[in-house]
Amino acid sequence: MKRAQLLTGLVLVALVVLTAVVAVFWTPFDPIRVVPGQRLLGPGWPHVLGTDGFGIDIASRLMVGARTVLLVGIISVGLSAVVGVPLGLLAGQAGGWVDEVVMRLADIVYAFPALLLAILLASVFGASTLTAMAAIGVATIPAFARVARAGTLEVMASDFVLAARASGTSRWGIARRHVLPNIAPLIGVQASVGFAMAILAEAALSYLGLATPRPNPTWGNMLRDAQQFLFVAPLQALWPGLAIALAVLGFNLLGDGLRDYLDPRLREVP
Amino acid sequence: MAEHTATPGELYRAEALTRRYRDGGREVLALDSVDLHLDRGQRLGIVGESGSGKSTLVRLLAGLDRPTSGRVWFEGTEITRLPERDLGVLRASVQMVFQDPRSSLNPRMRVGDIITEPLRSRLVRRQLPAGTDHQHRLAEVLEAVDLPEDAGRRYPHEFSGGQRQRIAIARALAPKPEVLIADEPVSALDVSVRAQVLNLLTDLVASQGLTLVVVSHDLMVVRHLCDRLVVMRQGRIVEEGATETVYETPATAYTRALLDAVPRIRTSRG
Amino acid sequence: MSLLDVRDLQVDFGRRHIPAVRGVNFSLDAGQRLGVIGESGSGKTVTALAVMGLLPENAHVAGSVVLDGQQIVGLAERGLARLRGNTVSMVFQEPMTALDPTMRVGRQVAEVLRLHQGAESGPARERVVAMLAEVGLSDADRIADAYPHQLSGGQRQRVVLAMALINSPSLVICDEPTTALDVTVQALVLAKLDEVLDASGAACLFISHDLAVVSQVCDQVLVMLDGRIVESGTVEKLFTAPEHPYTRGLVATARLDLTVPGQRLPTVDDFYAGGDHG
Repeated sequence: MKRAQLLTGLVLVALVVLTAVVAVFWTPFDPIRVVPGQRLLGPGWPHVLGTDGFGIDIASRLMVGARTVLLVGIISVGLSAVVGVPLGLLAGQAGGWVDEVVMRLADIVYAFPALLLAILLASVFGASTLTAMAAIGVATIPAFARVARAGTLEVMASDFVLAARASGTSRWGIARRHVLPNIAPLIGVQASVGFAMAILAEAALSYLGLATPRPNPTWGNMLRDAQQFLFVAPLQALWPGLAIALAVLGFNLLGDGLRDYLDPRLREVP
Repeated sequence: MAEHTATPGELYRAEALTRRYRDGGREVLALDSVDLHLDRGQRLGIVGESGSGKSTLVRLLAGLDRPTSGRVWFEGTEITRLPERDLGVLRASVQMVFQDPRSSLNPRMRVGDIITEPLRSRLVRRQLPAGTDHQHRLAEVLEAVDLPEDAGRRYPHEFSGGQRQRIAIARALAPKPEVLIADEPVSALDVSVRAQVLNLLTDLVASQGLTLVVVSHDLMVVRHLCDRLVVMRQGRIVEEGATETVYETPATAYTRALLDAVPRIRTSRG
Repeated sequence: MSLLDVRDLQVDFGRRHIPAVRGVNFSLDAGQRLGVIGESGSGKTVTALAVMGLLPENAHVAGSVVLDGQQIVGLAERGLARLRGNTVSMVFQEPMTALDPTMRVGRQVAEVLRLHQGAESGPARERVVAMLAEVGLSDADRIADAYPHQLSGGQRQRVVLAMALINSPSLVICDEPTTALDVTVQALVLAKLDEVLDASGAACLFISHDLAVVSQVCDQVLVMLDGRIVESGTVEKLFTAPEHPYTRGLVATARLDLTVPGQRLPTVDDFYAGGDHG
């Protein structure tokens, strides 16, 4: 059962990654060029999923959208992990006022609405994939910091850290050799769940026009384009919606599956 | 820094050691003005129930914790107020073995890296003779604790409880310490394995000329390993003397209760 | 008819069928106490879990375990749940993990009572406090209102004992119930266990690696090694005339009080060279 979850997650994620990689080199049609004569075609051949209001092949746009989704996920999750994990580690290891300051800062960022941040960045720099990634990345830093801090506290309380301290290992050595390897699985799980969140957030932001602008395709702005033809061509909205749902589901399942797979308590034979 | 004129052969001296800490708003007096001295080559046992302060006392001796008040001298130098970076001599000459080898060995490190970790610590490295060959020392200590040579390439979980405690002892021996502090070294082990680890400790103390401090709730374990004994209760030393004297003629009711509590084989019940 | 009858019990784990118990036979009469000794990995805990029907999903069980006339092997979870607490209960090694940290201990004991007897909350409280007093917790009223972390290890283990006994089960299984405790507290808990078992007339399966501890509670002992029973008999017989070399080793290592301090201690390997027991 748990294995099936992990496997389903892996397959869905692999599908997204594969699509994105293929889209770098090849798409069935040009995903950007407007073809006025072919507007709003239903699914068929050669346009497998049909065409949109500009006569562009939907399948091609979805494939390029997968690329954007992965890029946004990797950069925003990467950003929040690179900032959040060291902060959490520092807070957990140092304790005292350092811990207090770091975690209160995290609370403040957490309380600040991500949407507001996205609007702010978009209005200053103009809406782009980059502003969306920055907004999502910054907004999810507290989650990483908290997970890293909780894991660090647990590892720091263990006897092997005490043993390392007793033999003169420096803080840096303890962080590198003991804490990081032992919290890595936690971070991996958080990254996977964070990825799912980033996909959803990116879709929402580009739907609102606060991320990647037209004509570059993303699943979110495809959804937005499809909206005006909802009664004429309802299938048009289905495809990007389905892609978002499956990708989010995939990363969530992967995260949950990893959590169970990596939890030794659920694996060990008595 | 207060220097202390040590009597010849004196290794440790502790005066009026007190340690208080807060536990959820409640103040706990873990150690209540304890005096202690330890000479080179002595084998000291510290006995008491959990909460008696025995583990707190040895953590102060090992420089893993700081007293609320009172002082500790090691080889005539006061260590209680030294910053961590000046504890090099202490870190190299005092090593610890903990109760549960399942938690005192980092599950994600190879046994070889675990054992040589004290050698790699910057504090300890300065105290060792130049050009100490880690692999050579690893082979030496593995042999000393009777583990196979290839043990270094494996992970802790591949070993039984008794073998893991041997690994912990090997790690403690690696920097050629003068003092070995063992905190409940056999109480997490099966009775059938206990004898082997006790034999090993006895042999090592003799062959490496170690000064030994053993903490245990089991008077029998301490009796077997130590020549001198202190009995602790509620943060204070309530009895102290040569092991055999205390064992044969306990002066306090508390010590007698500790002795009576040791389970003996009952061949016919009531 | 005996209360518990285990015939040719075999348990292995996972896809690779790693054997843990390889053909174990024993039986236990009502009110009888049986100790099972062996080191970690000998199959003693797995045997106990098989009797409780608590083995994880990846365990394959063969043979027969009949408890109070009911076959446990292959019994559905619903039938098992009815048996647990009512007919058989268990005391685990680590009292901290056996108790819910977020619930007052009195309520936890009452929960067990309610689950099987559907008692109302008023009289339940009285019975809980009486049970806590019976396992030797003075000031039982106050302890019933405490959370697990506010109690000492010995108090917690006695709360677990009270939970195990409150439904007057016919069989209490104790898995290393005192291993995590200090010697003084261990002596107290063992004496209490002896007393309450006497009072309730429950049978007991007592699992430990320590022959001396087992002998405080049980007269009959099984010795397990690598998933098999290698010897059984009274504590006296095992102690005075052990037959299997492994038992001889266990007896020799159990007597730390008879050795000369500093002298080399006898080890199991001196008597039995089968496999690696380091």
